[in-house]
Amino acid sequence: MALGELGKTYEDGQIIIHQGDEGNCMYVIQEGQVEIILENEDQEIKLGVRGKGEFIGEMAIFDRDVRSATVRSMGRSRILTVDKKNFMRRVHEDPSLAFRLVEVMSHRIRELGEEVTRLQQLLPEAD
Amino acid sequence: MTQDSMQLDDGSRIGVIGGGPAGSLFSIFVLDMAQRMGVNLQVDIYEPRDYSKPGPIGCNMCGGIISESLVQNLAAEGINLPTSVVQRGIDSYMLHMDVGDVQIDTPLQEKRIGAVYRGPGPRDIKEIKWGSFDGYLLDLAVQRGANVIQERVDEILWTNNHPEIKVRKGDPLPYDLATVAIGVNAAARKLFNHLDITYETPKTTKTFIQEFYLGEEKIAEILGSSMHVFLLDIPRLEFAAIIPKGDYVSVCLLGEDIDKELVTNFMETPQVRSCFPINWDFECKSCNCSPRINIAGSKRPYGDRIVFIGDSGVTRLYKDGIGAAYRTAKSAATTSVLHGVSADDFEKHYYPTCRKIENDNSIGKMMFIVTRQIQKRQFARRGVLKMTADEQTDKESIPRMSMVLWDMFTGSAPYKDIFIRTLNPLFWSRLLLNIGTTSFSRNGGSGSQLASE
Repeated sequence: MALGELGKTYEDGQIIIHQGDEGNCMYVIQEGQVEIILENEDQEIKLGVRGKGEFIGEMAIFDRDVRSATVRSMGRSRILTVDKKNFMRRVHEDPSLAFRLVEVMSHRIRELGEEVTRLQQLLPEAD
Repeated sequence: MTQDSMQLDDGSRIGVIGGGPAGSLFSIFVLDMAQRMGVNLQVDIYEPRDYSKPGPIGCNMCGGIISESLVQNLAAEGINLPTSVVQRGIDSYMLHMDVGDVQIDTPLQEKRIGAVYRGPGPRDIKEIKWGSFDGYLLDLAVQRGANVIQERVDEILWTNNHPEIKVRKGDPLPYDLATVAIGVNAAARKLFNHLDITYETPKTTKTFIQEFYLGEEKIAEILGSSMHVFLLDIPRLEFAAIIPKGDYVSVCLLGEDIDKELVTNFMETPQVRSCFPINWDFECKSCNCSPRINIAGSKRPYGDRIVFIGDSGVTRLYKDGIGAAYRTAKSAATTSVLHGVSADDFEKHYYPTCRKIENDNSIGKMMFIVTRQIQKRQFARRGVLKMTADEQTDKESIPRMSMVLWDMFTGSAPYKDIFIRTLNPLFWSRLLLNIGTTSFSRNGGSGSQLASE
């Protein structure tokens, strides 16, 4: 690990977030890539890949539900934890801190919308 | 430039005096916010320093600790500090007292504190391996669209109710807003004496910072990735720390009238000697400085079309000065774009951030008085040490003292939060029990021995 590295290093395949766990923080990827996986009974559905500078586990900041997916390191990655308490205290003082997170979430909702549209277009063909 | 409006509109011009963290972060946030609002601003940053030059010429002189909370907040803002700037990730604090040492680990076993140099490093540096922290933020501001004018500001004029900034060999340039981020060490404070604003310069005290070259390997062997802090009963010494960086360590002292005698008394203690190679000659120093720090903020750090941020406005007492620069810069930037640049706008939307910091500092002063009493009493130091050591050994226990010390040393939490935690009856009962145990035990140093082992 280089001297100036901040955060925690995860090796290939190491789990960063377990689906179903309670969450009280979000993460920012400092280096490397991670995959988001939905565990459905014995099946693993890959929902996406996130890379350097991106947030993961951000829903735990705003809701009180359990983690909705598992996040696993793809190769070596370095991840910084952002505590819910620290983040919310700052948002209380400076609501604009949440703008970036809202932008990211809004972008992801847009992506999901496009995905739903794509799947709906596939359905009639399946019929 | 807009003529009379106190709002920033398309084409409005902002002059930022000082390109340290406060000035650069203000520029980044004001440009980001303006872009979100669809407003096109021009931002000029006046910074004479060249952050690529080692030694005082490229350094803004401070201990160079980026606190745990600031590292997280910057990451949430999209500013992830690179390894080319952070000289060492810190994952623990080692508390040194005459009665023993104890290591306090970061709550998540994660490196969340950054040790940086404000410039590229001390004056005798042979090879520049890391970049300047201030230079990194200034580059980010330039990437957002700010323009850097590498000149010292010579004069600030006021024409048609607008500030004008003049450098030595240039014509005055008019602005809709002047943002002042000059710290407390700059002679530039005299620039504002003739202006019709009620700005009072902050009250300051002198600190002492000395750099020593030990080399990467020796630092890893002796200091590791811990910041070393000292609670020693030395008159006039408030707080002391040794911060490991790349090839150097920074020794930082805070206290009253720090002079050579105080520095020598500190350096000669066995606790400090244990942080250096055996028989280390303290004359083998690199560079040193005695920067001033803000200990009581400006009463009214704003006026019409002018705002003072960072150390030149209000900062946190003793700790997390860069964190306070971030908070004031962000608050001034959002106020300017979303509300306006009149004194009323700053009073209503910017000053609450300053007041919150100042109110918290009042509690901080009280906390430091209590710390001083512990520093002076060996039985209290033994109790603190044993309680902390026990908590660090038993990871299942609630680390009440460890968290109080962690947040006091790192500046990660507001002093008010720390104070509230000390009001817990369990905190006091555990501390009194540990004081009692160590005082009445024949080998009362068991806690310290445990910790030192």
